[in-house]
Amino acid sequence: MKNYRTKIISNQEISPGYYRMRILAPGFSEKAQPGQFVMFRVQRSLPPLLRRPFGIFRTGFLPADCDGLAPKEFVEIVYKVVGRGTSIMAELHEGDKVELLGPLGNGFDVPTCDGERILVGGGIGLVPLYMLAGKLVEKGCSVRLLMGGRTRDDILAVTEFERLGVETYVSTDDGSLGEEGLVTQVLERKLQKFPKAEVFACGPMPMLCAVREICMANKTSLQVSLEESMACGVGACLGCVVKGAGHTDERPSYLCTCKVGPVFKAQYLDWNALAQSHGCGGCE
Amino acid sequence: MSETTKTTVKKPNMVVEIAGIKLRNPVMPASGTFGYGEEYASFLNLENIGAIVTKGLSLKPKAGNPTPRIAETISGMLNAIGLQNVGIDAFIQHKMPFLRTVNTPVIANFFGNTLEEYGEVAKRLNDIPEIAAGELNISCPNVKQGGIVFGTDPKAASEVVAQVRKNLQKPLIVKLTPNVTDITVVARAVEEAGADAISCINTITGMSVDIHTRKPRIANRTGGLSGPAIRPIAVRMVHQVVQTVSVPVIGIGGISRPMDALEFLIVGAKAVQVGTANFVDPSVMQTIIDGIEAFCIDEGIEDIHELIGSLKL
Repeated sequence: MKNYRTKIISNQEISPGYYRMRILAPGFSEKAQPGQFVMFRVQRSLPPLLRRPFGIFRTGFLPADCDGLAPKEFVEIVYKVVGRGTSIMAELHEGDKVELLGPLGNGFDVPTCDGERILVGGGIGLVPLYMLAGKLVEKGCSVRLLMGGRTRDDILAVTEFERLGVETYVSTDDGSLGEEGLVTQVLERKLQKFPKAEVFACGPMPMLCAVREICMANKTSLQVSLEESMACGVGACLGCVVKGAGHTDERPSYLCTCKVGPVFKAQYLDWNALAQSHGCGGCE
Repeated sequence: MSETTKTTVKKPNMVVEIAGIKLRNPVMPASGTFGYGEEYASFLNLENIGAIVTKGLSLKPKAGNPTPRIAETISGMLNAIGLQNVGIDAFIQHKMPFLRTVNTPVIANFFGNTLEEYGEVAKRLNDIPEIAAGELNISCPNVKQGGIVFGTDPKAASEVVAQVRKNLQKPLIVKLTPNVTDITVVARAVEEAGADAISCINTITGMSVDIHTRKPRIANRTGGLSGPAIRPIAVRMVHQVVQTVSVPVIGIGGISRPMDALEFLIVGAKAVQVGTANFVDPSVMQTIIDGIEAFCIDEGIEDIHELIGSLKL
């Protein structure tokens, strides 16, 4: 991990309210693992004061220019405009100076052998799944992406997954794209068909809670990527902790999302506490 | 004709002494914003900063507060971490081996739930030769016991400092809270009870509400405000304390740029601690050290002591 004082290569709106930003980051791709994240400093002036965490969508190289210079290495994030920080980000342009700390945290535990893998993404939760999909395809896994959102605007980058060789299934709450309904309905069907599949999920907490219920019932292995507000991203502030499985007041277990996570094996988390702290009214 | 000899810029002396500990420069992290040092080793040469200050340590491990624990506010942040820490035993076993490899004084910040516990932790610190000094926390606003209860009452503060002084065979720094009517009263009490230095200020109690859910933005309801927003309050209080006591004062509160640190030095702080800014820029202390040095060179200052307490009134 490193603090990059760097600049933006491009910043484009890819769907209403969703942006894709490419940032120059030499040496980044060989270090970055699927599921890791970056802390992004929006601007040097205040506010906002704190950096914002973003999942890494992918890393790569721009094709070499005809001037014969070495190809430029970039990291790409996809973000949704939700507040002050992301609103400022949406206004940034090519060449603007930014700071990027990363790659940070523990990513997905990528299985070593081939087999059925199901990725479940809810809205912006799709982001960390793209690099994972690439890795899994490389390992010879059969990969399916179940992508859910409120409306068609929340369905992102599906064709890019298809280009990797991933089978994709889209569902929206309002039926404006793909199947009408929740992504978890699709998951239940797929798990009936592929009972030995392993599941990887990222999305809003109510979705993660539902995915975890289904996986519990089917005895399916599940890894989830969590999002928590954090100040430092390196395990110092202890602001982003979640309760681990078996947490009690006498024997507390607080895990830093930034350091132990953001990806956790589902069995290591206290799901009741997660549901409560994210106001989704209980998982069990 | 001008001299042809190259004039080399003379670097200013940045060494300061706090309670008998020599620091290579007056810049160190504030407890709780720098983990146990190791977290920042990839971003900053730990042998360039004046000292390392640990996360607050207690006799037993401490779980900390429920979440959410942090919320950003205008030019600041609220936190109510609740002194989560590994406990003194795990600190010695798991954190000291790394800290031993770093040639920089380590200051152990510590606290207890009771008067006796404060004394016990102090005793345990004696067993660690590499700990240069203890920083006694009587100012955490986010826990019921072990913090602000001692720091807001001059009599209680005096008692706990005396208890620790009796047990700690190392220099003792006492960290004060700003959440009092008159910080000079507590400062005088802890000096009389045996503090070798005073650090101030800890965070200022604050609150923020989510207008849509109408809930407090942190689970503890209130939290400690830190960051650039509190700096003028901190400068004022450090100034007041410097005017009151004769022990050295370490200035803390919203420092994120060299000029911020200089402000504290000018009002009389012998050293400074950088807190929230470490979260924003993990190498910010290096920037601050370099900036102080550059300022001294520009102003023709050969020794940092020419600057410390040079406030013109």
